[in-house]
Amino acid sequence: MNVQSPPEKLTARDFATDQEVRWCPGCGDYAILKGVQNTLAQLEADPKNTVFVSGIGCAARFPYYMETYGFHTIHGRSPAVASGVKLANPELDVWVVGGDGDMLSIGGNHTMHVIRRNVDLQILLFNNQIYGLTKGQYSPTSKIGTKSPSTPLGSIDNPVSAAQFALGVGGTFIARSSDILQKHLPEVLKRAYKHKGASFVEIFQNCIVYNDGVFKHFTEKSVQDEMQIHVEHGEPLLFGTDKSKGLILNKDEMRLEVVTLGENGITVDDIAVHDETNRGLATMLAQMDPPDYPVALGVLYAEPAPTYEASVHAQIAQATKDADKADLNSLLRRGQTWTVE
Amino acid sequence: MSEVATAERSDEGRQEVESAVVRFAGDSGDGMQLTGSHFTMTAAIAGNDLATFPDFPAEIRAPAGTTFGVSAFQINFGARKIMTSGDLLDVLVVMNPAALVTNLADVKPNGIVIADSGAFTARNLTKAGYEENPLENDSLEGYRLVKIDMSRLTVEAVKEFGLSNKEALRSKNMWALGVVYWMYGRKRQASIDWLETKFAKQPDIAKANIAALNAGHAFGETAEMPAELGTYEVESATIEPGLYRTITGGESVSLGLLAGSLLADLKIAFCSYPITPASALLHQLARMKEFGVVTFQAEDEIAAAAAAIGASYAGALGITSSSGPGIALKMEAIGLAIATELPLVVINSQRAGPSTGLPTKTEQSDLYQAVYGRNGDAPMPVISVSTPSDGYEVAIEAVRIATKYMTPVMVLTDGYITNASEPWLIPDAADAERFDVEFRTDPENFQPFMRDGETLARPWVKPGTPDLMHRIGGIERSYDSGHISYDPENHQKMTDVRAAKVLGIANDIPEQTIEVGEAGAKLAVVGWGSTYGPINRAVNNMRDEGLDVAQIHLRYIWPLPRNLGELLGTFDQILVPEMNTGQLRTLLRDQFLLPAEGHNKVNGKPFLIGELEDAIRARLEK
Repeated sequence: MNVQSPPEKLTARDFATDQEVRWCPGCGDYAILKGVQNTLAQLEADPKNTVFVSGIGCAARFPYYMETYGFHTIHGRSPAVASGVKLANPELDVWVVGGDGDMLSIGGNHTMHVIRRNVDLQILLFNNQIYGLTKGQYSPTSKIGTKSPSTPLGSIDNPVSAAQFALGVGGTFIARSSDILQKHLPEVLKRAYKHKGASFVEIFQNCIVYNDGVFKHFTEKSVQDEMQIHVEHGEPLLFGTDKSKGLILNKDEMRLEVVTLGENGITVDDIAVHDETNRGLATMLAQMDPPDYPVALGVLYAEPAPTYEASVHAQIAQATKDADKADLNSLLRRGQTWTVE
Repeated sequence: MSEVATAERSDEGRQEVESAVVRFAGDSGDGMQLTGSHFTMTAAIAGNDLATFPDFPAEIRAPAGTTFGVSAFQINFGARKIMTSGDLLDVLVVMNPAALVTNLADVKPNGIVIADSGAFTARNLTKAGYEENPLENDSLEGYRLVKIDMSRLTVEAVKEFGLSNKEALRSKNMWALGVVYWMYGRKRQASIDWLETKFAKQPDIAKANIAALNAGHAFGETAEMPAELGTYEVESATIEPGLYRTITGGESVSLGLLAGSLLADLKIAFCSYPITPASALLHQLARMKEFGVVTFQAEDEIAAAAAAIGASYAGALGITSSSGPGIALKMEAIGLAIATELPLVVINSQRAGPSTGLPTKTEQSDLYQAVYGRNGDAPMPVISVSTPSDGYEVAIEAVRIATKYMTPVMVLTDGYITNASEPWLIPDAADAERFDVEFRTDPENFQPFMRDGETLARPWVKPGTPDLMHRIGGIERSYDSGHISYDPENHQKMTDVRAAKVLGIANDIPEQTIEVGEAGAKLAVVGWGSTYGPINRAVNNMRDEGLDVAQIHLRYIWPLPRNLGELLGTFDQILVPEMNTGQLRTLLRDQFLLPAEGHNKVNGKPFLIGELEDAIRARLEK
């Protein structure tokens, strides 16, 4: 008789491989890697059922550092590869990791379709607003005016907002966090993991070499309380030192406004309450930018919907049930046949 | 000598012919494909051997009456083995002037042209570019012209069903079919049964079509026919006994993929993106869900290939399918499958290129793309389909090689084979040899790139397997461990082993045989793919004339069969006919330093037997 020993609880360290991590010292990716490893340990995830799929870029090296199954694919195509993995085996927990160039430029098309299909994946977009691995060109999320080797006079094209993009294409889970928020990030990732469908998480990540400090206007300690709002479903949208500020919905102009509690008779009851099932509100939150607004972090939107692969396999199950028997010989003989004597 | 039928009078007054080539041509909306497929079914039931060639425009609904909106369906049927859809037409049925002007050149001298004179209106004549009505002047001298106002007769025949004029005219294809059935003494019952089933919910439409079919047939029978139109008898052919169906290349490949997956004990994940002429596969596999087949219409060609690779990584049989331009888009992903050594079947239904080229016209010009078309030294096996039914075996073989050797495999078929059909002796699925895939589950000494000593294949591990977690990727992998390696020596070693693995497949495929003739002949005609039929007939005809010529037809393009170089070396001359500018010829010259010559054309149509006969003669009679 086999004696089953109780499963040993895995720690974050158990999710690390023996491979030397090769990001630049001080790169935000280290913190995200630690955050993900912590999350998986806290979730008691099963390494054998966990797959990390990535494309190309600094962020895409991620799978090599996770003691799970991993597939480092080609530039931009990780959402498509991951879709194939889920179609073949819906039981696997599949995480997709990539940067802003990988997922919003060369792979923007796949990102759009994997989100709209609602394939059950955790999609982590490390947004550092720059191309790191190719040595510093501007990216589709770079602000206008970004000086880079390919834009010496400053970039001139409009950046895309990752969260607004994901909302626009019908995403069922859109969240945001940051590399330096070591407590916030695992909580967001846990929500992403538990959501059935394409969970899209934009993680603001500092590239210390090519775009250092690009997010400091809302991530630095001195400004973070004033320039970040951590949204929670069912909670009033408060932020600022001592939570003295909040967002109200200006119904005449259909937009959010920043107010200060106690000014003009504003009380906490006037503050809008976050409803993560409200796509319109999520869109308004995603649009907010400093200095006029804080950056919205947390789960901006979450609404359950059937997953793509579940629907695919439901059709197969139905067809299998409807057919008396899946028999190749009878399929070969279906339709008009004749016998030659 | 081409595929010309010999004729003699039979007892019933019907002229007996060994084979006949009939083409129905009309406007896209005239239902010519349906008419042709009915005639095909009836010929098959009558015991003829046959081959068909549908030829339709790229536009879905081209303006009515225009030359670019002409749709045609050709069938060659006979009392002997039929190798092609036929060079020249015995009978051309045209439903309008545009069909006449675009098809007349293919009618043989003194051939029969049956025209719907009712459609030769001033407006239609202008659209076809005729200044005067060719049915009324002497421009069709040299043909046996039969003018019938099929439009009017059809409307009369279906009057009792109260259809609008437009609806009534939809049945005129059945009227034309009725006439041709009468000409060849064919039974109408199979078509009547089909119409009754098809239009079970619209009984008036069914009745109108049947009435038109009967009216056309009666028109011939009641001696209203002009004397120019003979009646013919095509006896049944000597065909191997058994149960038959007609099969297109699209059907045979999709059934073969399914059969291959069952033999390998894998579930199919077929990931594709619509493209002419490859979409037929996606449509067919989408209807095989009861076998657990997953089909995924991806957002683009790249995603289709990438998803198929992801599915293979997860333990399914990943398959992607496209035509030339789509295959080009997939190539980076195929390189990933080569690098990570994952099975992947890639079906390429070739069409005329480059770029968009001629989407509905056939060509075999992706051999270079298949063998050489990737960045880096990226070898992959390439095999080809020779006839519409051959796709079944070829697809099974692709699955076998891909799973046994952990490699992508490209199957080259083409637009002609995909759409053309032929009778198929239906195999018993139980006769095929199984090649069940064994996934690695043993953690003892596991390394993801540790190779099998014989096949050099790495182990296939499904995510979800305990204790075998590992990472793979497109960056060069360390020999055995698969970890990232930038070591130059390792890259050399890995490049060498990837090439050796694919070349080693030559030991696991049959030796090349000679299709017709003997080794050491004065000339070998070497082909691949859909040129099989015309080459075979041409070589046989030339041998009948006493020329010393042999046929060799390749299924395996890469690696080439291990005895091929030696075999080709026995011939004085080598002729490689291809529907490209000389791609296999390049490969043969490169591999064997042989003075192979080409006979090449890219006019979007299969070779004619006659032109290959001329090419053979030119080399043996000089």
